[in-house]
Amino acid sequence: MIKYNPTLIGVAICTLASSAFAQQTTLTIGTVNNGDMVRMEALASAYEDANLNIQLDFVVLEENVLRQRLTTDIAAGSGQFDIMTIGSYEAPIWGGNGWLVEMGNLPASYDVDDLFPSIREALSHEGTLYALPFYGESSMTYYRTDLFDQAGLTMPEQPTWHQVRDFAEALHDPGNNQYGICLRGLAGWGQNMAIISTIVNAHGGQWFDMDWEPQLTSQPWRDAIEFYVDLVRSYGPPGASSNGFNENLALFNSGNCAMWVDATVAGAFVTDTSESRVHDRVSFAAAPSQVTEKGSGWLWAWSLAIPSSSNNAEEAKKFIAWATSKEYSDLVAQEHGIAAIPPGTRISTYENAEYLAAAPFAEMTLKQMEKADPSDSTLDPSPYTGVQFVAIPRFQAFATVVGQQLSGALAGSTTVDQALNNSQQLVRREMVRGGYID
Amino acid sequence: MKLHSQKVAKELTATVLCWAIALLIFFPIFWMVLTSLKTEIQAISMPPQLFFKPTLENYIGIFERSNYTRFAWNSVVIALGSSIIGLLLAVPAAYAMAFYPSKRTKGTLLWMLSTKMMPPVGVLIPIYLLFRDTGLLDSRLGLIIIFALMNLPIMIWMIYTYFREIPTEILEAGRMDGVDTRQEIMTIILPISMGGIASSFLLAVILSWNEAFWSLNLTASKAAPLTAFIASYSNPEGLFWARLSAASTLAVAPIVIFGWLSMKQLVRGLTFGAVK
Repeated sequence: MIKYNPTLIGVAICTLASSAFAQQTTLTIGTVNNGDMVRMEALASAYEDANLNIQLDFVVLEENVLRQRLTTDIAAGSGQFDIMTIGSYEAPIWGGNGWLVEMGNLPASYDVDDLFPSIREALSHEGTLYALPFYGESSMTYYRTDLFDQAGLTMPEQPTWHQVRDFAEALHDPGNNQYGICLRGLAGWGQNMAIISTIVNAHGGQWFDMDWEPQLTSQPWRDAIEFYVDLVRSYGPPGASSNGFNENLALFNSGNCAMWVDATVAGAFVTDTSESRVHDRVSFAAAPSQVTEKGSGWLWAWSLAIPSSSNNAEEAKKFIAWATSKEYSDLVAQEHGIAAIPPGTRISTYENAEYLAAAPFAEMTLKQMEKADPSDSTLDPSPYTGVQFVAIPRFQAFATVVGQQLSGALAGSTTVDQALNNSQQLVRREMVRGGYID
Repeated sequence: MKLHSQKVAKELTATVLCWAIALLIFFPIFWMVLTSLKTEIQAISMPPQLFFKPTLENYIGIFERSNYTRFAWNSVVIALGSSIIGLLLAVPAAYAMAFYPSKRTKGTLLWMLSTKMMPPVGVLIPIYLLFRDTGLLDSRLGLIIIFALMNLPIMIWMIYTYFREIPTEILEAGRMDGVDTRQEIMTIILPISMGGIASSFLLAVILSWNEAFWSLNLTASKAAPLTAFIASYSNPEGLFWARLSAASTLAVAPIVIFGWLSMKQLVRGLTFGAVK
């Protein structure tokens, strides 16, 4: 007969239990409240079920608070986050600073070559990938087919800004709360400056010449800003200088905008039957060009990255590889329908006939994603990468102030000339401080 | 007769004015609750809809996605913990300054209040580094300490004001009867100024409950209170007004109920002195 020693059994249980606890890894993920991210949060339990040693802890924050938290966390090296949601502006800069873990050695099944080359490049620094894209976006023109039909107008697949102005003039009917065009006017480097930078690019302008000399008082900038201010003030909704992405989305979905130029990701919202009153009366065209198509549509990718301060980098990389994989897209399609797949990251998504049929905005999204090239976004050569931003650390600060100046011009509190002159001085001062120019 | 009608008119004006101000203050809360019962598309309708078929889908969605009780419990522990610690420090400090003033007391009081004038972001990095090194990041204890220190100047000022109104004759009478300092505070001063101390405590609880800057910057998941819970429902790309309103309603509901229950105490403490 076997005799059991209760002490030994107790020790064995404790050892087993402690080793089980020791192997349990909690990954803290800092993220934003975008629809695709929320979906990932809900589906992440599938990953936990398949990896019993992993517990996922999502910290959802407002976009700007998240950016501030992540910057503080990285700078202080406090390691509060294992995975961070960042954009294509931060990825190359933070990667270059050594703040992010390289995204190398991905499994063959991940098929990194399936990612859009433009997105891959946008998330890399000197050829090294520092983040994997969760969803990507360019910009395009949304327009109301019913209003165009009634007015006998035809939207070309690639409109110019001047054509857009003519359409806006014809469709502007403020008495019936119908405005010719809705564009971002809210100050911010990621708000009005995103659309304004693409308008400037389309007019042949650029933020800096090859010597890093600011170009904000050049003729293309003047043409672009005068055009933008005149267009929105004449044919936009009242109070446009306070409207960002969400306000314009609300206006468009309520049927108040004949046209709207903004992120391709909105395609899913404007065609959503539960969110949009115009879901069956909307169509899509390319982001307007003018003297050039270069840089007329922006490029952005919400991505997942690992801060170098994380103590669980290997486990974090495995999770990111799963959350941005084809396998994850299949899971989303299975649970929420194929149109809900995170858009704008993988070529294979747009080779799927089922997806193209379910998402009417997909074809134009693909064209715009393919066209956007962050390393060649201006008519004349530029020393920087980025379409609607300049991938240097100082951009965020000076572009926000330039955004305030131009929002002021839109609101009528200053003239376009004054706003541009002030902006030029300000950007120049910042570039001198940064050692780019003397 | 004329005098009587003048009095009635005055009272009527005061009543109407009070109601108007109360409704004005209450309107944002009313609108928030109303929006929380709408769908996203109803929430963005122009002109705004006053009559609609209410839905609880936003609340259901929130309870499905977020661990509300964890956030709420954090808020309760942090708000009460910081207010209790604040009170334990503020009462002796106010006692010393009120009953044993020196020539520097006024200056000290003003200096304490002046610390409230500095924007918190100015000390974010030093505090963050201190918290990192002491392991207080994302801990309830960390926020309790910060909030207690944050509310201390206001609590000391308020309690000091109540203590100053206690006639020294009462204390002298007590001393004649042979009470020591501890007994003087516990048996004479505290019972007399209980209303004021309670209102200081309630105010500290409300301020701690509503604080967002430190909560957002010093917590991640474990210690995040309801202010972080609200922030998680703002959305840079997508409609969120109805869902955010529901989250805000859930976040303010406990403190509104708490304020309502303690209203009598709060108003009495804020409007009357210690022995009036």
